[in-house]
Amino acid sequence: MSVNPMHALEVEQLTKTYQGGFRALKGIDLTVAEGDFFALLGPNGAGKSTFIGILASLVNKTAGRVRVFGDDLDREPERVKSAIGLVPQEFNFNLFLPVEEVVLNQAGYYGIARREAKVRARRYLKQLDLWDRRDSEMRKLSGGMKRRLMIARALVHEPRLLILDEPTAGVDIEIRRSMWAFLRELNAGGTTIILTTHYLEEAESLCRNIAIINEGEVAESTSIVRLLDRLHTETFVLNLKGRVSELPQLGGFVLQHLDDCTLEVEMSREHTINGLFQALSRNGIEVISLRNKQNRLERLFLDMVDRGTQVAAPRPNSLTVPQPMISREDLA
Amino acid sequence: MSRYGLAWPRYWICFQTIFVKEILRFARIWIQTILPSVITTTLYFVIFGRLIGDRIGSMGGLPYLDFIVPGLVLMGVITNAYSNVVSSFYSSKFSRYIEELLVSPAPNWVILAGYVAGGVARGLVVGIAVMVVAACFTEISIHSYSVTLLVFILTAVLFALGGFINAIFANSFDDISIVPTFVLTPLTYLGGVFYSIELLPEFWQGVSLANPVLYMVNAFRYGLNGVSDIPIGIAFGIISLFILVLAAFSLVLLRRGVGIKH
Ligand SMILES: Nc1ncnc2c1ncn2[C@@H]1O[C@H](COP(=O)(O)OP(=O)(O)OP(=O)(O)O)[C@@H](O)[C@H]1O
Ligand SMILES: [Mg+2]
Repeated sequence: MSVNPMHALEVEQLTKTYQGGFRALKGIDLTVAEGDFFALLGPNGAGKSTFIGILASLVNKTAGRVRVFGDDLDREPERVKSAIGLVPQEFNFNLFLPVEEVVLNQAGYYGIARREAKVRARRYLKQLDLWDRRDSEMRKLSGGMKRRLMIARALVHEPRLLILDEPTAGVDIEIRRSMWAFLRELNAGGTTIILTTHYLEEAESLCRNIAIINEGEVAESTSIVRLLDRLHTETFVLNLKGRVSELPQLGGFVLQHLDDCTLEVEMSREHTINGLFQALSRNGIEVISLRNKQNRLERLFLDMVDRGTQVAAPRPNSLTVPQPMISREDLA
Repeated sequence: MSRYGLAWPRYWICFQTIFVKEILRFARIWIQTILPSVITTTLYFVIFGRLIGDRIGSMGGLPYLDFIVPGLVLMGVITNAYSNVVSSFYSSKFSRYIEELLVSPAPNWVILAGYVAGGVARGLVVGIAVMVVAACFTEISIHSYSVTLLVFILTAVLFALGGFINAIFANSFDDISIVPTFVLTPLTYLGGVFYSIELLPEFWQGVSLANPVLYMVNAFRYGLNGVSDIPIGIAFGIISLFILVLAAFSLVLLRRGVGIKH
């Protein structure tokens, strides 16, 4: 791999063995393009925070190489650190400091003069809706406010690469949405963003590219669109008007009773929802509402993580044959 | 490095930020940080200086009260420089906000300098407060301002470094009181604060010479009164040597991330 200035992050053969001998990372190779919005997914304990900790100089790597915008972490640590903004998974505040001082101190550590630091603290605290709380002591903030403050703190030196480790954990829906909007705007302004999350909906709606880490290895690194392309079937849950006791046989759709008024339908990608509704209408079944049974990414994710391998191609024609409730294994 | 702006102005701002943060910290909680030493030393002056001191008579060629002033001032400097750095740095480890510094491009020596300067500041504030208290009991004259100030600062630097190393190795709040109790207190009490080592048998005089506090107390006593058990040049040489060793050790620990990085 050559030094490519267009890459925000290049990681080669990164390994981490913790004291005591636990191998948390087993040779990670990963590239993130400049300007990307990148999701890092993986189950608890996969090694995401360890990986991020190494990028942010909080964890010593055992071996491997990290380059941030072409600068090597070992050779130019100060340049790498200046390029990265970190929003860690766990709160790491001095709880006795007022909010604004937390941001001002962080700016000071980066060598930003006080006057400029004040301007920036004001800007980011306002953007994250914390300006009114600037004089509150940290310990008086709610969890969601602390999460937002970590973002403001990470931005005060205007990093080109923002890394967020589960930024929306424990954040309510409204604030989560506004955080998403904020991050999208930041990314549109040119900041490269890497984010870990356990909400797959978040990754799907925010990110362009994705890496799935499992047991310290990259199980998959691709674009979200390409990943979702692998999903050959979708499952919907239909709420029916009136009871249906006997299920009709519909070509291309696998129907399943959940109860008298609820149906589960699995359909392959060649079929359309219009077609499904027409077929149901012909059989006198009326649908009140429908929803996806499972987030689509979630299904792929579970499958990959369970196997620790890539998703295999689905069995051809498996969906045209009526069969009992489709389990995860049947996807493969 | 020059590609993203001159380094020195950034380092200076970073140092200032840590230094000011440290000063604000001990100033905010002055009842815990400044007041106790002032009260303790006032008691020492009342009991040893006034009540008992009159019976002791003179020590090392000085009235007893005047003899113990330098030692008591330095005792305040030592304990406060030490405890400021050990508690502040350990808290930042414990609550993980040390990470704010670790992710930043602050070089290790700037971090160390900032924390040590914070400890020195508290040492000096307490030292001056104790001098003011002493002035209520006896007349304070300063024989040599430069020697007095230099000893003040070097002593504070040395023990601030000690506190830093203690914090790096500490894994609990208990660990930060072990060294002060079992090392610092005996060192100061046996460092010639309350007696001239001439009073000791020859063997114990020799042992005392291994105690760095002895050199500081004597150098300080020289600064105030012009009297010392030890030649002043040797005292400075030894203090400086201790400082260099501890500073180098601290930097090695920081570089390896001992106690702060996994
Ligand atoms: N300091 C440490 N010492 C030893 N093992 C550690 C240490 N920190 C983490 N680990 C182990 O390394 C593995 C990866 O942990 P890590 O925190 O990177 O996972 P993660 O992917 O961030 O998980 P989560 O989604 O739960 O945050 C885990 O098995 C964890 O127990
Ligand atoms: Mg984690």
